[in-house]
Amino acid sequence: MKDSVIEVRDFRKVYGDVIAVDGISFEVRQGEIFGLLGPNGAGKTSTLEVLEGLRSSDGGVLRIMGLDPTRESRKLRHLIGVQLQISGLPDSMRVDEAMKFFSAYHSVAPNYQLLDRLGLSEKITAQYHMLSTGLQRRLAIALALAHNPPVVLLDEPTAGLDVPSRNELHDLMGQLQTRGTTIILATHDMAEAEKMADRVAILLKGKIVALGTPRELTATGAGFTKVSVRTEGNVLFEPDLTFPGISQQAFKDEYAVYYSTDPGHTVLAIIAHIEAQGDTLIDLRVERPSLEERFLEITGKGGGQ
Amino acid sequence: MNAFANHFSFEFRTGIRDKTLLLMNYLFPIGLYIMLGLLMKDLNPPFVETMIPAFIIIAIMSGTVLSLPNPLVSARESGIFRSYKINGVPAISILTIPALTTVSHMVVVAVVITATAPLIFGAPTPLVWPGFILFFLLTAFAHAGLGMLISVISSSSRSVVLWSQLIFLPSMMIGGLMIPYEMLPDALGKIALLLPATYAMNVFQGFAQNQVAAIAPLWSVTILLAGGILSFSLANYLFCWDSRNKARRGHPAIALSTLLPYVLGIILL
Repeated sequence: MKDSVIEVRDFRKVYGDVIAVDGISFEVRQGEIFGLLGPNGAGKTSTLEVLEGLRSSDGGVLRIMGLDPTRESRKLRHLIGVQLQISGLPDSMRVDEAMKFFSAYHSVAPNYQLLDRLGLSEKITAQYHMLSTGLQRRLAIALALAHNPPVVLLDEPTAGLDVPSRNELHDLMGQLQTRGTTIILATHDMAEAEKMADRVAILLKGKIVALGTPRELTATGAGFTKVSVRTEGNVLFEPDLTFPGISQQAFKDEYAVYYSTDPGHTVLAIIAHIEAQGDTLIDLRVERPSLEERFLEITGKGGGQ
Repeated sequence: MNAFANHFSFEFRTGIRDKTLLLMNYLFPIGLYIMLGLLMKDLNPPFVETMIPAFIIIAIMSGTVLSLPNPLVSARESGIFRSYKINGVPAISILTIPALTTVSHMVVVAVVITATAPLIFGAPTPLVWPGFILFFLLTAFAHAGLGMLISVISSSSRSVVLWSQLIFLPSMMIGGLMIPYEMLPDALGKIALLLPATYAMNVFQGFAQNQVAAIAPLWSVTILLAGGILSFSLANYLFCWDSRNKARRGHPAIALSTLLPYVLGIILL
């Protein structure tokens, strides 16, 4: 097992009477993309902001590469790249100036190629206030990565990005991971987390209610696999018709949709029934539960597995 | 050093690119200098004797007290300081570099005023140039410190205006700029000793013009220096990165202790 780069143990964060984060623990290994998921107010941004050294912790132990983010934030600055959910740059600062400005503080040469990679080369002399929200976010990501930090903390990086930019960022994250960069990705986008993250933690009301690989999390849910079938003669459109392992069924857009705990036997039984009735199979889809469905299942029932 | 130079260069350019800063750093003080100069030359001819230091002080107050705090408050409120913090920009750079660049703009304005006032208005040039430079530096230092402190303790543009005008307007009226300090009634004279402008004019009289002043100019040097040091120290102590994170080392009311040297001035002088 690779070394733990980020360690969070019994971490608590309190705002007045509100407990934002309530004793969570997790670790992130080197080269891992770790997804931090949760509805609004779950404690994702509070966790990230304490790890980034922007806020102090109210309990527990947090370490990034062995450093305490609150006490050793200066040492940590050059080791982490941070894209904040809410931030800004001076209105009159140009894109190239921003790259030069922050690179100088990190004591590295400006990485203009990264601006090119993130689609900012045509806007290189544009002032910050002239950039669209998506371009401002791309610039924030470029600045977070410009000094090649070994640890990257991204808070909703693809919010407001168009599809090509989102794909480009995903490719970039993949490349960073190949180079051994450790990434924490806080996101609302379940498809993104499922695609990019090696492991995810689902936060709810300040607690981690699920932690594991996306496959592990989807497997530990209610475990229903969705089987959608379309036939020429619609022989499956009978409400009383049942198959092995089925817990729920519905009919939608000429498809009979079944939720099964035993998809193998369900599919075999469905095909046998279609053949026996002399109908013809047009389409058959078997989909495992998505992370989004698992997330909704967890957050919908108020947490806990 | 590269980072500092780069930051300084960016802030200096911002002082020209930003229309509000351009107005307050250059257009307002130079415009006021020309208009009031023309007016006062006829209305109050003795004013010409002190117009160079008076308009330099006005320019410095315009750049430091009126215009320096607002962009800093906006930057904090819009999350710019958060971006700075996560990228390793130290608080000391955020506090000192805008002050230094503003003072650099003020040097340009001071040169314009000093070079043109004798030609346009027949104003006397300073007799002792090192004394004149001392006057400029102390005035800029004390006012830049106050500007920084206002930016740190103000939560909005409205409170910036309030604090800034509390310094600017009394300085214009009783700070010795339009009416000599010696001519003020006793009560107003005491209040005037709360204003850096009063001491700045005194330093100019004593060290740049070799005149006998109402206050021993060495006292004024000491008070301006102490006021500047105290303001910058308090600004550094009370500095807050983030309007979303209100945690700071002390209550903003501590900022009032920056008046301590000036209050001592009232007691001692």
